[in-house]
Amino acid sequence: MIDEGKPIFVQIAEQLEDDIIDGVYPAETQVPSTNEFAAFHRINPATAGKGMGLLVDEGILYKKRGIGMFVTEGARERLIAKRRDAFPEEFLRPLLAEAAKLGIDPDQLTRMIATAAEAPSPTKGLSA
Amino acid sequence: MSATLAFPGPAVQVARLTKRFGSFTAIDDVSLTIAPNRIHGLLGRNGAGKTTLMQLITGQDFPTAGDIRVFGEHPTENARVLQNLCFIKESQRYPEDFQPKHVFRSAPWFFENWDADFADQLIEEFRVPLDRRIKKLSRGQLSAVGVIVGLASRAPLTFFDEPYLGLDAVARQLFYDRLLEDFAEHPRTVVLSTHLIDEVANLLEQVVVIDQGRILMDEDAETLRTSATTVVGQRGAVDAFVRGRDVLHRDGLGGLASVTVAGLGPADRAEAAAAGLELAPVSLQQLIVRKTDIRETGIEQSA
Repeated sequence: MIDEGKPIFVQIAEQLEDDIIDGVYPAETQVPSTNEFAAFHRINPATAGKGMGLLVDEGILYKKRGIGMFVTEGARERLIAKRRDAFPEEFLRPLLAEAAKLGIDPDQLTRMIATAAEAPSPTKGLSA
Repeated sequence: MSATLAFPGPAVQVARLTKRFGSFTAIDDVSLTIAPNRIHGLLGRNGAGKTTLMQLITGQDFPTAGDIRVFGEHPTENARVLQNLCFIKESQRYPEDFQPKHVFRSAPWFFENWDADFADQLIEEFRVPLDRRIKKLSRGQLSAVGVIVGLASRAPLTFFDEPYLGLDAVARQLFYDRLLEDFAEHPRTVVLSTHLIDEVANLLEQVVVIDQGRILMDEDAETLRTSATTVVGQRGAVDAFVRGRDVLHRDGLGGLASVTVAGLGPADRAEAAAAGLELAPVSLQQLIVRKTDIRETGIEQSA
């Protein structure tokens, strides 16, 4: 679950972002505590705290004193906007690089994407 | 919350510490600060000086030179310091005819934070037979006794020196899980000395590597995790990319090269990707192996 290449606290923040985008934690709900994250991922609590701190700095989470961390109103929408901005760099560029390597031109690639989008995915549907 | 010492400074402060055994220098002019309420890893090869360093800090041996402060005081024969310490050793000795129940019954005399309920839970989880003589326990059961004492004592400063000889993978995972949970509830200073670096890498906040009696590395674990990267690709492209960089290790197979370099930033990563090179992370264990390797090769060359 933990990938060696990235700082663990960044991965903790990204996983929590995914859960907020997926609607696991709607606005104004409480997210698990630092210690719960640490125990679940088997990591040092300070590392888990640093990951949550990133999201507090970005205004995605806020702290209720003595109670815990909560999802900020509008956090999901802001996360989706942020991920959309990063989408070309994170996903399209590697896709295009691999396509170029294999001699797949952008037109062919567009058709392949359309075909793939129609066929149900064997594992899990993106819209499910 | 556990009753921790009210000392505001570092848990341990060691200055210019040296320990010699005859002509052998086990600890060589070491200065080290152990910050409070963190889990520290004390890592290094066999004979690097880990156990000697812990024995000095816990007042079980006298330094040849240098100064040691534990919670601001000298540890040797100092009850105020010693009652806040717990040192779990690889080969702990117990009185003849002792049974595990005697160990757990006497532990509260030494550790004021002793949690008997927590100890009972751990005894059950580690399946320690209470009424068997210590001498008759398996190696793993004996290690479990030590681990339970180390956890349930909740000492403000706890040392685990290779605590798990003979413990199987399930029992080791149990130890890691209980350590993390209990540390989260009752923060304290823990020093974990081990060879199983990959197993504990994510538990650590600070990593100290000792080699031939000297401190080779003393870093935040998170910084270390991203401090080196292995670059893999066509030999020519790899060589061009690593030129002028700090190379830790080099491997090759036919036209392929695999080179571990220190510290790549986002711009370096983009450059590597553009050159068609693959980047692979370097685990803490690999990093330490590389670093201790380099040091030895360097010594061989200079000899």
